[in-house]
Amino acid sequence: MGKLKTLASLMTLGACFFAHQTMAAGGGTHMESADIKPDNISSLQRGARNFMNYCSGCHSAQYVRYKTIGKYLELSEEQLIDNLMFNAEKTFETIQAAMPSKDAARWYGTPPPDLSLMARAKGADYIFNFLKGFYVSPNSPTGVDNLVLSGTSMPHVLWELQGYQTANFATHDNEDGSVTTTFDGFEVLSAGAMDAEDYDDFVRDTVNFLAYIAEPVRAERRKLGVWVLMFLIFFFILASMLKKQIWKDVK
Amino acid sequence: MARIEAEIGKPQGGFVKWIDDRFPFTSTMKYHVTEYYASKNFNWWYVFGVLAFVVLAIQLLTGIFLTMNYKPSADDAFASVEYIMRDVEWGWLIRYLHSTGASFFFIVVYLHMFRAMLYGSYKKPRELIWLIGMLIFFVLMAEAFAGYLLPWGQMSYWGAQVIISLFGAIPWVGEALVEIIRGDYSISDITLNRFFALHVIVLPLALIGLVFVHIVALHEVGSNNPDGIDIKKNKDASGKPIDGIAFHPYHTSKDLVAIIVFLMIFCSVVFFAPDMGGYFLEHANFEPANMTATPEHIAPVWYFTPYYAILRAVPSKLWGFVLFAMAVVLPVFLPWLDRCRVRSIRYRGWMYKTALSVFVITFVTLLWLGMQPAEGVYVRMAQFFSVLYFAFFILMPFYTSRDKTKPVPDRVVYHG
Amino acid sequence: MTEDDLDRNRRHFLTVATVVTGVAGAGMVAIPFLSSLKPSARAQALGAPVEVPLGSLQPGEMVRVLWRGRLVFVLRRSEPMIGLLGENDDQLKDPNSEVAEQQPEYAANATRSVKPEYLVVEGSCTHLGCAPIEDFDVRPAEGWGGGFFCPCHGSRFDLAGRVHTGVPAPTNLRVPPHRFVRDDLILIGQDTGAA
Repeated sequence: MGKLKTLASLMTLGACFFAHQTMAAGGGTHMESADIKPDNISSLQRGARNFMNYCSGCHSAQYVRYKTIGKYLELSEEQLIDNLMFNAEKTFETIQAAMPSKDAARWYGTPPPDLSLMARAKGADYIFNFLKGFYVSPNSPTGVDNLVLSGTSMPHVLWELQGYQTANFATHDNEDGSVTTTFDGFEVLSAGAMDAEDYDDFVRDTVNFLAYIAEPVRAERRKLGVWVLMFLIFFFILASMLKKQIWKDVK
Repeated sequence: MARIEAEIGKPQGGFVKWIDDRFPFTSTMKYHVTEYYASKNFNWWYVFGVLAFVVLAIQLLTGIFLTMNYKPSADDAFASVEYIMRDVEWGWLIRYLHSTGASFFFIVVYLHMFRAMLYGSYKKPRELIWLIGMLIFFVLMAEAFAGYLLPWGQMSYWGAQVIISLFGAIPWVGEALVEIIRGDYSISDITLNRFFALHVIVLPLALIGLVFVHIVALHEVGSNNPDGIDIKKNKDASGKPIDGIAFHPYHTSKDLVAIIVFLMIFCSVVFFAPDMGGYFLEHANFEPANMTATPEHIAPVWYFTPYYAILRAVPSKLWGFVLFAMAVVLPVFLPWLDRCRVRSIRYRGWMYKTALSVFVITFVTLLWLGMQPAEGVYVRMAQFFSVLYFAFFILMPFYTSRDKTKPVPDRVVYHG
Repeated sequence: MTEDDLDRNRRHFLTVATVVTGVAGAGMVAIPFLSSLKPSARAQALGAPVEVPLGSLQPGEMVRVLWRGRLVFVLRRSEPMIGLLGENDDQLKDPNSEVAEQQPEYAANATRSVKPEYLVVEGSCTHLGCAPIEDFDVRPAEGWGGGFFCPCHGSRFDLAGRVHTGVPAPTNLRVPPHRFVRDDLILIGQDTGAA
């Protein structure tokens, strides 16, 4: 059995190889952890509300059905229709943006991306930092740029809540004559309706919701996984007893 | 007349007899299962063949159910995968089993091949088993590559772009070959459609056929063992190898335990980490294919990265491709490169032991390097380890023939 | 009992237990695979109830609609049509709608409808699924009191979708679940009971 254990751990090791492939971070800045709570239903409910109020005007989540959300977020049909479904009539419909993407492409240069899988493609931390990373940049057509995705065509939709900030950059002269620019903190230009902490929570809830719609089945698969493993452990005990019994013959 | 009728009409020995008169059922079962004798001292390295078979079964079963919902067209492919993940009841489980199965196929097959290198399983008289095995490995690579295009995400698209472009490095015919593979001037709906055909029909059929032949060849010469001893040399009065035990029930009961342990690990990934931190399902593949923008960081799936690292280590398109192809093909010649008189590493000298250890480190390091950006120190490391990779094979005739071997016992080592 | 016998019993027990567990496991694995064959969430969304406005439908007129990809006839019967319904019961296999699967309970009545004026039936012959053709001309000489005629194998149904005797179709045309949202709006695919 000792060898078996070694082998099993070897295989796991092979599979895990390196714990996490780091996701490409723009701007070379340190990413703040989004620290979302996927099991916190009320956070997800607030996130859903935020998404519908602030995101779904331009962004679709075309693979997500309202019905699925309602079930997981413990919302009744009425709550779903009254609070979340601005662009839809039936609960089985998927989340479409209020604005046709053709118009959006004309106004912003690129159509706003679908958000169904954004959290899986970019990671929760990325979106969290992106939504916090808008700063005033007079040269940009939207008046703002973003620390995480520089040159983004998305305007600062949440400015009423966050306010406006500027970004400070420090430059260092390197020995070889090149110049490195590093980010050196934000500075509040005008305060928004929320203070920094409330805004963080607001963004966190929204990101939590985005992470949820990226894989709605996450909670279910984890729950099922426990049962599957318990069954396999039971099966393993039986099978190894049988093996031992049969191998008694082998001298 | 009456007697003939009686003979035909009366079943003698029941249903099995009826079958046996028309199909070699009992004799086949005896030959391959109940009276197929394999050494009793198999260690746990010997379970990976069966595990590869299990993964193949998982892939075939889940694959069939995926094809029922997947749409092989550039417009629909990505959405149909999300349809499977969200709208099809249990579709997510079937898809995760299949995507996880792809990676585990390679984990299991790599370990299965390593077992052969540990105990000299490719040596005479098992050269053909090894050759068929290598063919299986090549088909598996093609199968995995074709399958990876199907979700039509960013990595699917750009990964295929890079690998298919490789063939353009072949002098004279390269460009024409690339167009024939793609069926278009770029990777397109047409390419996706034919990769689908390859992935679900051509290659799986080839795989099943080759696996069948692999096992037939194995059962003809008999399995090797950790001592590398021919157990058929020591037979009892009834002609059964003394050190051999029947595949069923002895090895089957042991394999069952291994299968369950494997399933535990497999299911842990499926249910708790189907992305495996971006190694099994790459993050960028959750964005639909975009012909106008390459993802910032592009690397093949982990099981191709050792060869990819070698490819990138060479600053020439042609030679990069040549070395890449050589790295994949070289193991084919192991049975003839290895000149050692003994099979098992247990009785080999320090040279082979060192060489194999270095090779394992080399392979794993190349695997890791293939995921790193191709710049600076990584390239130099990749060059260094590429040299080690090839040295293992090319120098093999020298160090294996000079290696000091230990005497091989007459009977297998077994401690009950 | 000798030690050998004990071992044999134990082995037998373990073999049975392992096989049973394995078969149970395989059975559980079969559930997700078989369930995946059921209509998906999208199929269910596309198969959602269909609204049929009745405002412009004149007596004696019929509209065809699709619900779940299945053809449904909505016929507004005129007074004479309703009058014809009770007259040829001897021609019918199941005049009193006794085959329960062919209509919801609320349509198991003399007119096979919620309101006598409106007939809602699936336009799928109960023989082999062809779409029957309407033929509302009454021809007493031919014993035809108006109704539906299936072109495939000649099955005949009356103005309540009830099948005639002596034709291949075994049962009356099926009445799908439906309800009146308003006097001039039918919702097909949802029962009165559902919200």
